[in-house]
Amino acid sequence: MALREFGRPGTGPLDTQAIRKDFEILSRTVRDERPLVYLDSGATSQKPRRVLDAEREFYERHNAAVHRGAHQLAEEATDAYEAARETIARFVGAVPGEVVFTKNATEAINLVAYAMSNAATADDGLRRFQVGPGDEIVVTEMEHHANLVPWQQLCQRTGATLRWFPVTAEGRLDLSDLDGLVNERTRMVAFAHQSNVLGTVNPVAPIVARAREVGALVLLDACQSVPHMPVDVADLGVDFLAFSGHKMLGPNGIGVLWARRELLEAMPPFITGGSMIGVVHMEYSTWADPPQRFEAGVPMAPQAVALAAACDYLSEVGMDRVAEHEHRLTAYALERVGAVEGVRIVGPTEAVERGSAVSFVVDGIHPHDLGQVLDDRGVAVRVGHHCAWPLHRKLGIPATTRASFYLYNTLEDVDALVSAIQDAQRFFGTRP
Amino acid sequence: MQLDAMYQEIILDHYRNPHHKGLRDPHDAEAHHVNPTCGDEVTLRVALAPADGAALDEKAIVSDVSYEGMGCSISQASTSVLTDLLIGRTVAEGMATLEAFTELMQSKGQGEPDEDVLEDAVAFAGVSKYPARVKCALLGWMAWKDAVSKSLEKEGAR
Repeated sequence: MALREFGRPGTGPLDTQAIRKDFEILSRTVRDERPLVYLDSGATSQKPRRVLDAEREFYERHNAAVHRGAHQLAEEATDAYEAARETIARFVGAVPGEVVFTKNATEAINLVAYAMSNAATADDGLRRFQVGPGDEIVVTEMEHHANLVPWQQLCQRTGATLRWFPVTAEGRLDLSDLDGLVNERTRMVAFAHQSNVLGTVNPVAPIVARAREVGALVLLDACQSVPHMPVDVADLGVDFLAFSGHKMLGPNGIGVLWARRELLEAMPPFITGGSMIGVVHMEYSTWADPPQRFEAGVPMAPQAVALAAACDYLSEVGMDRVAEHEHRLTAYALERVGAVEGVRIVGPTEAVERGSAVSFVVDGIHPHDLGQVLDDRGVAVRVGHHCAWPLHRKLGIPATTRASFYLYNTLEDVDALVSAIQDAQRFFGTRP
Repeated sequence: MQLDAMYQEIILDHYRNPHHKGLRDPHDAEAHHVNPTCGDEVTLRVALAPADGAALDEKAIVSDVSYEGMGCSISQASTSVLTDLLIGRTVAEGMATLEAFTELMQSKGQGEPDEDVLEDAVAFAGVSKYPARVKCALLGWMAWKDAVSKSLEKEGAR
């Protein structure tokens, strides 16, 4: 497979034009032949040809159900699947035995919440995962529904109490009561590495340090960080890390749960069935070792292979360069969008400890209406509450418009966004 | 430009100067509807008057429709148009109008609305080309249907 030349990882700005050539979709037009300006990578990223080729090649050359069968294709498919696990593990500084494939990040978080739920009715051997009345689970007000609702449900099922870090007006976590919120009763602290609405990068170290003091587990929702910055699980010191494939140039249908090996070994399964078992009798069953224990049924091997190709692509570009590129775009977008009269950025207004999700409101124009005009200009953004309804309620706004960037976006994309916002203001007669 | 087809002047007028807005009494039932994808919401009340002093049924007159809501121009204007169309009609006529409007919204831009039935609501024909916005246009209408059903159920339970 021919490798693209991006320059040496970690040096110099990205050659965005070369990168864009790898993404067929970016050259298409939308709505009356307008060039597509894709600013919705926070929802899902586009995929380079190499990722699509990897999936196709698996189907064309090696397709078989993995971890079953003794024929050559089954061997090749299993090798490809497990090699993909190695690549993906390495991408976040982990070892393969700590990486579990799930349907998506939402399922990865549910896997942990349901393992805790299942532990609640098991014997005391699983005490460290058990929660019940008197125990507390801590989340934040800026969570995506995927890292909020599973914990709400776990609390409802077990009688545990859900607590949360508030968000400041600037869109940062308010850690002033860290020691009060995370206390001896806390069993799990689950929070986003980077907010999908505000762009805020949350301070992991002080929260992990406090969780360690009180013996609480820590789960980091890394859906918006792993695609956009170098992430190393050893540096973070968390217990669980969840991210999705489709937001990081990979295919749909695959998410990742990373967890410390000793936790995976102790945890009860979430979804049960084929290939996650040790032995099965009519009366009872035992479980396979992790990660297989958590991968019931025939897994998504073609998607794992394609996600590994996405990791390779990102590694060749260099994640530090991706982060640097997005930092430039974010700083430029904050400055240019923020300067439009009648526009207010929702979230930190400086590109400090901040990723590339830039949400905003425009006076007198509902986000749905704004999104419609932007779409008419070929600019694809997300409008609504971005699956973070409580955050919007806290900020006193029903909805926002969000532009989010990735390695294939350019400063010109930001210019197109600004110009389309101004068009919308003219169209609705709100331009001052 | 396709935008003008969607944002007809009638729609923008209703958005800027909504008709019959605000919650009023008396009312027979209230419905609160939310569009979970965007968070838009409407609270809508219906007051019905029995046709001839008899029980509330399909022949009852919609004597008032009042509402509060927040949302995009399409959802707000569509609810405003609804009040113009349905106040003073019978429940049966209202349901027929609802059906015609729903059909128009599901027409994917191919509908040929009957202006005698839908009046100002024909302006929403352009919205039907945008599947993501159809829910916005139907938000108030679904709340109306719900509130009327509740009113008639209450009557049935009496």
